[in-house]
Amino acid sequence: MLSEIVNSQSVGIVTPQVAYFDEPLQLTCGRALPNYELVYETYGALNTQRSNAVLICHALSGNHHAAGYHSTDTKKAGWWDECIGPGKPIDTNHFFVVSLNNLGGCHGSTGPNTINPSTGKVWGPDFPPMRTTDWVQSQAKLADHLGIDCWAAVIGGSLGGMQAMRWSLEFPERIRHCVVIAAALKLSAQNLAFNEVARQAIESDPDFFSGTYQDHSKVPARGLSLARMIGHITYLSDDAMANKFGRDLQSGSLDRGDNVGAEFQVQSYLRYQGSQFSGNFDANTYILMTRALDYFDLALRYDNDPVAAFRHAQCSFFVVSFSTDWRFSPVRSREIVNALIAADRPVSYAEIEANEGHDAFLMPIPRYLDVFRAYMQRVAETD
Amino acid sequence: MRLDLSHIQRWIAPNSRVLDLGCGDGVFLEFLRDQRQVRGTGLEIDQDYITAAISRGLNVVEQNMDEGLSNFPDHSFDTVVLALALQAVNYPDRVLEEMLRIGREGIVTFPNFGHWRCRLMLGIRGHMPVSGFMPYTWYNTPNIHFCTVNDFEDLCRDKGIRILARNMVGNTRRQPILARKWPNLFATTAIYRITR
Repeated sequence: MLSEIVNSQSVGIVTPQVAYFDEPLQLTCGRALPNYELVYETYGALNTQRSNAVLICHALSGNHHAAGYHSTDTKKAGWWDECIGPGKPIDTNHFFVVSLNNLGGCHGSTGPNTINPSTGKVWGPDFPPMRTTDWVQSQAKLADHLGIDCWAAVIGGSLGGMQAMRWSLEFPERIRHCVVIAAALKLSAQNLAFNEVARQAIESDPDFFSGTYQDHSKVPARGLSLARMIGHITYLSDDAMANKFGRDLQSGSLDRGDNVGAEFQVQSYLRYQGSQFSGNFDANTYILMTRALDYFDLALRYDNDPVAAFRHAQCSFFVVSFSTDWRFSPVRSREIVNALIAADRPVSYAEIEANEGHDAFLMPIPRYLDVFRAYMQRVAETD
Repeated sequence: MRLDLSHIQRWIAPNSRVLDLGCGDGVFLEFLRDQRQVRGTGLEIDQDYITAAISRGLNVVEQNMDEGLSNFPDHSFDTVVLALALQAVNYPDRVLEEMLRIGREGIVTFPNFGHWRCRLMLGIRGHMPVSGFMPYTWYNTPNIHFCTVNDFEDLCRDKGIRILARNMVGNTRRQPILARKWPNLFATTAIYRITR
């Protein structure tokens, strides 16, 4: 395994780091976190001018482990290993890449399953709700901590793309390029509906206990698993599912007279995804993340005018969408692009033909990697 | 640089804003940026061209102009360029109108279908013209709306579009005289600077 890691275009073995912040963080909801920790990873080296730093913002279920491997015997690379590494679009030969676990997450940063200092118990459902703006504010503190005045680029897919856009408005002087992949200015009613079903699945699990499941030494695994299954269906396209599973059977048969019943491959796949996820993810975090996604509305504070909003930005934008993504469709990305054009901001846009639905942003699709690499090389030339 | 582009670059003011419809690999916008300090945006639908233009550090938007240009505000550019693409769009008249809504001026270049070689091929030999300049056969050509110099000027008259200047490219670089005197017959490429 080690040789495989060394030989491939991988950042290799990475070790997460923790940044501790002793100052309170004022949150959009009106509450404040008295202190907090952010767990993060870095890949590549910061140059002496500190001008080659890139921030990766993760999506709904992501975390800080975006690239490389945590040990020589793990087979699973970070979630965006296709795009981050030596010679990859986000080229670690050039860039210093920072990837963190957002506040409210469940992979090390302060969140619902860490200790609330005022009670000495886990936060659980009492953890304050997060908005994208809060994440951006905490990411700026991390930038301060790392001595980064200005990001060469802030990059994100899906919910990560929303954070990247928010960065361009909250700290216009601290970001030179904003890369927004498979995102939207705000969720559609259909998207809100899917998130609500996911939350209902979790909340209706008897082991959820209104979010206090840890007090009862329980995990609402069925609800969380179901929430993930729903999400997963929406991240894939009809074609992608047809290609991957079709109507192939995992077991049993559809023959006459066979009363055992048949199981389709797609069923066992979804169950596997669901159970994997419910073992690795926290239910309160999932609820918190979907709410942050729901509440995101880039232009809300700018009289609902995305053009007026983007006039605050000073960076260049690169927007990418995928043809079969129906969760964050190309139409949503074009709304971003059109607002940027109307606001007279530099923007490039690519609409990638891809079968994989929303998940395409994680996939090694040749045209996607090519155009992404081309844009990042230009970021590199101007830092 | 392509001959039509080397003609039109003189009409583009330094430090101006240019929208290039069908910008290809971006070589023209790159020239304008480097030589004229122009702030440019390109529209393109070919994925390899888009990647190439982005590599040049240009702003390129993947957009099919046949589906409209309404996302570009009125008078948001000084010049809108449509170089050798008029004949490939579904609604050339609408694209021209949109160009002059978005830009103060438009620059259009197109292959002149009235050129004597085209007439010869169609009139004498009875075949759709195929040449080095228009290398496609009738069934696989992206060029769906051929016109002549006279046709274009008629359209401009009908639409109330003013022709500020025109230039003609002949068969060879050295012999533009015939093309200038009798463009409908001798120009291979027609070049127009238009406004409202």
